[in-house]
Amino acid sequence: MKRIDHAEASSKFIEATDHAEFHDRRLWDLRKKRDRESESLPEWQELRGLASAIKEHTLTHLADYLEQFEAAAQANGIVVHWARDAAEHNQIVHELLAAHGVKTLVKAKSMLTEECDLRPFLENRGILVVETDLGERIQQLDDEPPSHIVVPAVHKLRTDVAEVFGRTIGTDPTNSDVHYLAESQRQNTRPHFVGAEAGMIGANFAVAETGTVVVCTNEGNADLSMHLPKLTIASIGIEKLIPRIEHLGVFIRMLSRNALGSPITQITSHFRAPRPGTEMHYVLVDNGRSERLGMEDFWYSLKCIRCGACMNTCPVYRRSGGLSYGATYSGPIGVIIDPTFNLRKYSNLPFASTLNGSCTNVCPVKINIHEQIYKWRQVIAERHQLPMVKREAMRMAGKVLASPKMYRLAVEAAAAGISHLPRTLIYNPFNAWGKQREVPGAAKQTFRQWYVANRGTKQ
Amino acid sequence: MSTRDEILTRVRKNQPAARPLPEVPLFDAGRDASLATFASSLMRMGGKLVDAPGDSDLDALVARLYPEAKVIASATPEVSGNRPLGQLQRPADLEDVDVGIVRAVFGVAETGSVYLSEHEYQVNALGFLSQHLLVLLDPAAVVVNMHHAYRHPGFRTARYAVFMTGPSATADIEGILIHGAQGIRSLTIVPVPLPTR
Repeated sequence: MKRIDHAEASSKFIEATDHAEFHDRRLWDLRKKRDRESESLPEWQELRGLASAIKEHTLTHLADYLEQFEAAAQANGIVVHWARDAAEHNQIVHELLAAHGVKTLVKAKSMLTEECDLRPFLENRGILVVETDLGERIQQLDDEPPSHIVVPAVHKLRTDVAEVFGRTIGTDPTNSDVHYLAESQRQNTRPHFVGAEAGMIGANFAVAETGTVVVCTNEGNADLSMHLPKLTIASIGIEKLIPRIEHLGVFIRMLSRNALGSPITQITSHFRAPRPGTEMHYVLVDNGRSERLGMEDFWYSLKCIRCGACMNTCPVYRRSGGLSYGATYSGPIGVIIDPTFNLRKYSNLPFASTLNGSCTNVCPVKINIHEQIYKWRQVIAERHQLPMVKREAMRMAGKVLASPKMYRLAVEAAAAGISHLPRTLIYNPFNAWGKQREVPGAAKQTFRQWYVANRGTKQ
Repeated sequence: MSTRDEILTRVRKNQPAARPLPEVPLFDAGRDASLATFASSLMRMGGKLVDAPGDSDLDALVARLYPEAKVIASATPEVSGNRPLGQLQRPADLEDVDVGIVRAVFGVAETGSVYLSEHEYQVNALGFLSQHLLVLLDPAAVVVNMHHAYRHPGFRTARYAVFMTGPSATADIEGILIHGAQGIRSLTIVPVPLPTR
C-alpha cells in the first residue's frame, strides 16, 4: 500500500493562502476558548486526573465491563451485535437495514462509521445514506472525508460551501451567507428525517452498569435520527465504555469545554432502551482496538474521548489541514492511532509533529501524545519504514550528534551559512526548513562560543 | 468461536495490569444552585428565561411569546395547546409543530441545562421537531452541577433522558454561530413552581 506523503499534501494545502490562514486562525480560536473554559473551573486538573484514572481503570477491566454493558442493554430490550472489524460491522448494519426494507438511513456524525467506511458500503447496496450533521453533510456532498473529528468541514470557507450546495442541493452558488447556507441544509435534511426508515448514531460514552449510550451534540440531528424511525442503530467502539452513570459527570463537564470552549453541548442524550414498538441495536466494534490494548506503549491512546483539542493546538495540524494526513484520524491523536491500522501506509504521520507537547498538555484524559509520537518514530525506524531521504538524514545527524567536535563545527558552519549564504541557497527546494517560512537570523555566537567566553572552559 | 467470544478473549488476554477506580467528588463547595446562576448559564448557551406571568395564565403567555404560532403541542396539563400528543400515529406527525411545551424535572445551575425524559416529553420528537420549545421549570428544582445531576434516578429507569441546554446550534461554517441547526430554533424557560396535587 502506498505510503501517505503528509508533507506533499500539506504543501498543496498551504498554497491556498486564504484557506490556510483562516484554518490556522479558526482552530487557534477554539484553543483560546477552550483555555478560557478550562481555566474557569478550579478543579480542571483534578478532573483531568479523574478522567484519566476512570478510563485506565475501565480499559484494564474492559472485558468485564463489556459483558456488563451487553447484559444491561439486553435486559433493556436492545439487540447487541459484535464486530471484529470494519467489514463485519458494515455487514451487520447492512443486514439489519435490508431485513427491514430500509431505503433511507439518516445518520449522525460518527468517526467509527468513517473508520469502517460504512457509507460507500451501504450506498453500493442501494441504500440512501444521509449525513445530518451540517459539517459532515457538507463533506458528504463534496465527496470528501471529514478533515477534523469535531468540525468536519473546518478547512472550507463559506464560498466553498456555497459552491458545494449550489452543485448538490440546488441553492444559489453565489450566495455564501452563512445563515442562508445553514437554513438551506436544515430545509433539505428535514424531509429525510421525517421519511427515513432507520436512524443511526455513534457513541461518545457507553455506560456499563445501565447499558446506556450517550451522545453529545449541538445540532439536534442525533436525536432526530433516533426519535422518528422504527429501527435505530448505535455503533460503539469497545473503548467507549465507562463503568457507571456518575462517571459521566466528569466527562460531560470536560468534553465540550475542551472541544469547542462551551460549558456543555446543547444536547446531551442518553439512550437506554428502545421506544415502545421500535427496535434498537448496538454494534460493538473492535477493529484493532483489542490488539492496541496489548501494546505496552500505545494502549493509552484508547483513553481518547475524541474532543479534538490536540488537533486545534497542534501547529502542524493547523497549517496542514486534516485531509493531508490521508487517514480517518488526523492531528496528534491521529498520528498515534493510524499506524496501528497500517504501519507502512501511515509511517510518515508520526513525523508530522514538532514534539512540542502541547497536545499532551490539553488532553482531557492525559494521554502522553507527544511521547507516543516519539515512540512511533522509533518503531518505524526499527521496522525500516523510514523513507530513504529521512533515513540518510538521520544517519548523518546521528554521526554528527555522536561527536562533540563535529557537532560544534556543524553549528558554527550553519550559523555562518545562514548569515552569508545567498537566499537562493537557503530557500531552495532541497531545504525543507526554508519552505513557507523565513529562516531566523543566526545568533552572533554559538552557545558554546558564548559559554567559553563568559564561563571559561572548565566547570 | 463467535466474534463476541473472540473479542472478549483477546481483550482479556491483552488488558494491562488492573488500575483502581477513583472516587468522584461532587465539587460543590462554595457553588450555588440558584435560579440566577442557572439563568446566566442558560443565556451563555443561547437560551432565554422569561418570568412567569403574574396572573398564572400560561396559555396567554404562550400566545404573547409566539403570536405567529399555529400549531402548539403541549406535553404538560398546565398549558392547553391545540395538538394533543395522545392521538399521534407516529412521531413524525409533529413535523408541523411551531411550539412544543414541556415541564422539565430539574435544572443544572452550572450549565443552564434542563433534564427531560420520555415521561415528560410523551413523544421525544417534541423536543426536536418543534420549531420552538417552551420549558416550565420549578425554580426550587435546580442542582449545582453535573455531578449532582447524574444522581437523578431517571438515568436508571427512563428509556431516554436528555440535558437540553439552549436551542440546537451549529458553527460548522467558518465558526459562525447559528441557533436553529436541525432541531429547535429557540429554547425558553419559564420558572413556574410545580403545582401542588
